[in-house]
Amino acid sequence: MTETSITAPYYRQNEPQPGEPEKWWRFFTFSTDHKVIGIQYIVTAFVFFLVGGFLAMVMRGELITPEADLVDRTVYNALFTMHGTIMLFMWTFPVLNGLANYLVPLQIGARDMAFPRLNAVAFWMVPVFGTILMASFLVPGGPSQSGWWAYPPVSLQNPTGNLINGQFLWILAVALSGISSIMGAVNIVTTIIRMRAPGMTFFKMPVFCWTVAAAQTIQLFGLPALTAGAVMLLFDLTVGTSFFDPATGGDPVLYQHFFWFYSHPAVYVIILPVFGVFSELFPVYARKPLFGYKFVAVSSFVITGLSAIVWVHHMFASGTPSWMRMLFMATTMTISVPTGVKIFAWVATVWGGKIRLTTPMLFALGGLVNFLFAGITGIMLAAVPFDIHVNNTYFVVGHFHYVIYGAAVMGIYAAIYHWFPKMTGHMYYEGLGKLHFVLTFIGVNLNFLPMHPLGLQGMPRRVASYDPEFAYWNVIASIGAFLLGVSVLPFLLNMISSWILGDEAPANPWRAIGLEWLVASPPPHENFAEIPTVVSEPYGYGKSEPLIAQQMASTELASELS
Amino acid sequence: MSSVNLDQNLNTAATVHAADHHEEGEHRLVGFIIFLLSESVIFFSFFVGYIVYKTTTADWLPAGVEGLEVREPLINTIVLVSSSFVIYFAERYLKKENLWGFRALWLLTMAMGSFFLYGQAVEWASLSFGFTDGLYGGTFYLLTGFHGLHVLTGVLMMAVMLGRSFIPGNYEDGEVGVIATSLFWHFVDVIWIILFILIYVWQ
Repeated sequence: MTETSITAPYYRQNEPQPGEPEKWWRFFTFSTDHKVIGIQYIVTAFVFFLVGGFLAMVMRGELITPEADLVDRTVYNALFTMHGTIMLFMWTFPVLNGLANYLVPLQIGARDMAFPRLNAVAFWMVPVFGTILMASFLVPGGPSQSGWWAYPPVSLQNPTGNLINGQFLWILAVALSGISSIMGAVNIVTTIIRMRAPGMTFFKMPVFCWTVAAAQTIQLFGLPALTAGAVMLLFDLTVGTSFFDPATGGDPVLYQHFFWFYSHPAVYVIILPVFGVFSELFPVYARKPLFGYKFVAVSSFVITGLSAIVWVHHMFASGTPSWMRMLFMATTMTISVPTGVKIFAWVATVWGGKIRLTTPMLFALGGLVNFLFAGITGIMLAAVPFDIHVNNTYFVVGHFHYVIYGAAVMGIYAAIYHWFPKMTGHMYYEGLGKLHFVLTFIGVNLNFLPMHPLGLQGMPRRVASYDPEFAYWNVIASIGAFLLGVSVLPFLLNMISSWILGDEAPANPWRAIGLEWLVASPPPHENFAEIPTVVSEPYGYGKSEPLIAQQMASTELASELS
Repeated sequence: MSSVNLDQNLNTAATVHAADHHEEGEHRLVGFIIFLLSESVIFFSFFVGYIVYKTTTADWLPAGVEGLEVREPLINTIVLVSSSFVIYFAERYLKKENLWGFRALWLLTMAMGSFFLYGQAVEWASLSFGFTDGLYGGTFYLLTGFHGLHVLTGVLMMAVMLGRSFIPGNYEDGEVGVIATSLFWHFVDVIWIILFILIYVWQ
């Protein structure tokens, strides 16, 4: 069998049913269709991405001059707190949940998630806690100013003395976000364990599903620790208990342990699905099987396991005993092994392939380059002596923005472009997509590369004013930030106009191999007319083996039996 | 000929539907177990926090507090732990399709859980320290309160399952709920045993 027969849309006869994603109003209802919920997640998260990005641009506007002149210092504190909180809890987690929601059932050959109603509830909590967090701009005293990690005793200050203050709303929003994420994680993990199509063993499952399972496992064991810490912080703030307040005998460092036990692995919750996206995209656009598929798949869970034993590297400067610092330095550096396995596999996949530089491929390659850079500075930061030197400086800010924006957001863009034809049934405009990539890639590097020399020179993070000697790099970074702001415009224009006017997308525009490409674009209600039987590994590019067993439609089967 | 075919189709459709239904129940159970594993990490975090506080705080007991009385909580513990066996036999009755036996033992489990909650409330009322009295008071009320909330949830879940057992033909649906509730109850019990050792035995 040749490749064309694999790519032939097997279920082309299933035209989208009435009331399916074309009908836009469905996206404003309590739908239990995983495809609708997936798009709801992605669009809602993107709105919050724009809000968080706007806050970032105000901050960069402030930092373009050394003096604190654009906004008040307390406003600046609120800006960086809200920027971090929004970007993590309201953009990256929901958008990746959206991608997982949309793709996992399609990729494993299921009709929907295991718990469709729970899925819808989990999604509708996102606008709820988003609104709660936004409402903190309106309460007296404004939003929380204690940074996205809300360390006590700073987070316990409550200068206005009101019960409903910015910090209170912050804890409430984060707690609700945690509940929503746990619902999502239970749902996704159950779906992957229980609902795979016949023949789809774990080692025939696409890497995206592996990485999503690995990421959601982190949510399951990590989030409860954050919840425990948040509950205690809430009691300290409202009732006046003394868990974390050193003034009444509490232990503020214990909060840091609770917080980072979740919030470091949370970075892997974000980056693992993006690893999955890279692993899906490189084989398609290089026309080669994924190099070392099993190693790439399993290394995701190695990262999950290691992520649970590295959190103290955020606390090297928190009075941590030196034996503990050495231990966590070693475990942190170990993470680079499974990550290196992946990078090696991606490079080997692309190497010598028939590369098509479409927009998703450009974003994936750009994301890979940025991730490699972020990984190198990550190893530098894992080293205790170096970390003590740059602790709480812009070097750290530069490092994690390369991870979150340079790798994760670019990977998310890659995924959105790659699966846009599948989700909407329309093609996007390649030219606008490439413009978007160029602006984003240049913007990321202009914005975040200067933060590294700034940090090495000792510029602290979270300050509204700085010594004039740092002005040069700050101006460049601010220009990069505004460029990133501009880069969203071609993306928005492209997505909205293509969704309405774009050319009709075939079932498999990229000649990709995978169950999601066997159904029509957009997929019909309940995805598969007949659940396929999977017979071979994914990524069989250049091989002549079919992905699924040929089946007879049930009507033919019935007539044959009679 | 065609009518026979139709019948066959209907039959297969019915069996497929029943199988789907059964599968859905199993999904729920798997999902619930995953949730319980996740929930246990909250307790684990609280326990670790408690151990850290207890071993590092200089003045652990607030002024004027001697420690905790063990006798009544021990009775409470025995009642709660025995209820785990009672609920096991209630489940056995349900498997043997003895609905009234199930209901009787199920109600007994609920009574034992309620007795535990009542005992807890009496103990709270008799204590000389409050939630804000240092780390001792804070951790005590946090741990027992959070656990008590789970006991209350368990009793309410049992009430729902008991009510559902009276809906005719609801037997299959109820079964997954019963297994899940029973699992939850064992979970709450195990947590209490650890909690009892940490708070009452290790003084």
